[in-house]
Amino acid sequence: MEILVCARRVPDTSENEIQLNSAGNDIERDELVYSINEADNYAVEEALQIVARVGGTVTVATVGGEDDEEILRREMAMGANHGVLITDEAFIGSDGRGIATILKGFVQRGKYDLILTGIQAEDGGAQVGGMLAALLDYPFASLVNSIEVLDGKKLKVSREIEGGNKEINEIDLPCVLSIQTGINEPRYVGMKGIRQVASLPIPTCGAADLGVDASAVGETGAKVKRVDYFVPALGKGAEILHGGREENVDKVLELVTAKGGLK
Amino acid sequence: MAPIFAYIVHKGGVAADSALELAAAARKIDPAASPTAILTGWGADLDAASNALGASYPEVWKIANEALAYPNAELIRKALQKVLPSNSIVLVAHEHFGIDLAPGLSVKTNSALVTDVLDIAGVDGASLKVVRQEFGGQVSAHVRCDISSGAVITIRPGAFKPLEGTPIRGGVIDKSSDIGALTAGRRYLETIVAEAGDVDITKFNVLVSIGRGIQEKDNVAIAQELADALGAAVSCSRPVVDAKWMEKSRQVGSSGKTVKPKVYLACGISGSFQHLAGIKGSPFLIAINKNPKAPIFQVADVGIVDDILEFLPELTNKVRELRHVA
Repeated sequence: MEILVCARRVPDTSENEIQLNSAGNDIERDELVYSINEADNYAVEEALQIVARVGGTVTVATVGGEDDEEILRREMAMGANHGVLITDEAFIGSDGRGIATILKGFVQRGKYDLILTGIQAEDGGAQVGGMLAALLDYPFASLVNSIEVLDGKKLKVSREIEGGNKEINEIDLPCVLSIQTGINEPRYVGMKGIRQVASLPIPTCGAADLGVDASAVGETGAKVKRVDYFVPALGKGAEILHGGREENVDKVLELVTAKGGLK
Repeated sequence: MAPIFAYIVHKGGVAADSALELAAAARKIDPAASPTAILTGWGADLDAASNALGASYPEVWKIANEALAYPNAELIRKALQKVLPSNSIVLVAHEHFGIDLAPGLSVKTNSALVTDVLDIAGVDGASLKVVRQEFGGQVSAHVRCDISSGAVITIRPGAFKPLEGTPIRGGVIDKSSDIGALTAGRRYLETIVAEAGDVDITKFNVLVSIGRGIQEKDNVAIAQELADALGAAVSCSRPVVDAKWMEKSRQVGSSGKTVKPKVYLACGISGSFQHLAGIKGSPFLIAINKNPKAPIFQVADVGIVDDILEFLPELTNKVRELRHVA
């Protein structure tokens, strides 16, 4: 099975406190730690596991700039066969529809049976996978938390719905699936693995290569634009205990006893 | 102003709670709006849900089709494409169905897509300004959306308060005959109900709930020791289940369990809205987190900025001392 995983490099919220910059128009990006978007990493692991079962190749593609190459190398160190950087000045400022349009151009240049994305990016909104599917007229399922290959023509997929229940569907190939976190246990990537792929060339392609109309993407094509970032005025907010640890421990114990009771 | 439609999810003849929230969001986009509810489905359940919604929507469109007995987003998208006027603004709740439906619907109706909207900041001609959250709720963003060719907007559950007011008597219009045959590349097979698990976290007065801040599987024991000392149970947020450190049955949130404890100790939990959606009954919420910017501090009653791996063992010792003395 030929699998394409669309991935993104994002600020890692488990490693960073996200704060506004002094102008208030963006987050403070200077000292951010970036990594592959968490759900996208699960998608790559899932692709690798499918290929291990039924054969095929895994290609990881990202729409971005030079800095984004690092996540492609990381995923190649995990085992992905190819990494492709889709890059063009005309792509900057694209909204979800723009990114999906660019990816459609890329998909049509190759031959993929299955396209995976992460369910959502840290700064995104669960848009691109479903839009890409609709642009390609492929079937789509979101929040996928298990995949079984039935034959060369269809998959059995489970979607995460309310209360931890699972919705089981059959879906025709080729299709697009957006992958929920927790679907598998992504393998560890060590420094050694990263070093082994450090000098591999990463092919790039741009608007002309993909036959993408530059005016339909990027800032000009975007119907949806972020205006600014802000931190909302808090409601009441928590009463923060400023005491030392021992004092705070006593206070918490007192509160738990008073409000809930020890059993 | 473009016509506003709200796609209503329903089950067992009852509309989802989000139905009234979508009506509130519609009025916030346009105070003069006369939003139309759209429901799809089959049989008595569809009729019951449609008729009941007439009390909160001036007009209700129902689309009955046997193929829509179970909500399949691809089939419903195709049905909606047939009935929606061009330039419509379509609202749908941002949960598993809306996430499935909205992106494809926006492409096929060539309209703008904005997802997981918390608030409407204003409308200026064909430009709608909304509020979203990014980075797990650590920051908010204003987003501008060109609605000149319509829009599909997913609304965060719980973000809009249902409007108070006397019930209206909206009529139900049957649009079923406009649809034609429906087929999809994805077919629903069955629903598998979540397994019960070893501990029922919904039965405890006190929950020691752990998040990503617990850092590794071996550290879960730190929370378990505290819970044992308190007579409480350990629950957790999604990243802990994703990492396979605890069973899914321990997860609190919209994709996990809904709990109603008296005290909720959120330990190393950032406080995503999906997690908070699983905490009901307004428990006393104590948050312990290293990150002073963690969104959990916005909703907690009491907050402590500290490392749970050091704080919890000391708390456990204190509880044991107290019990020993008593």
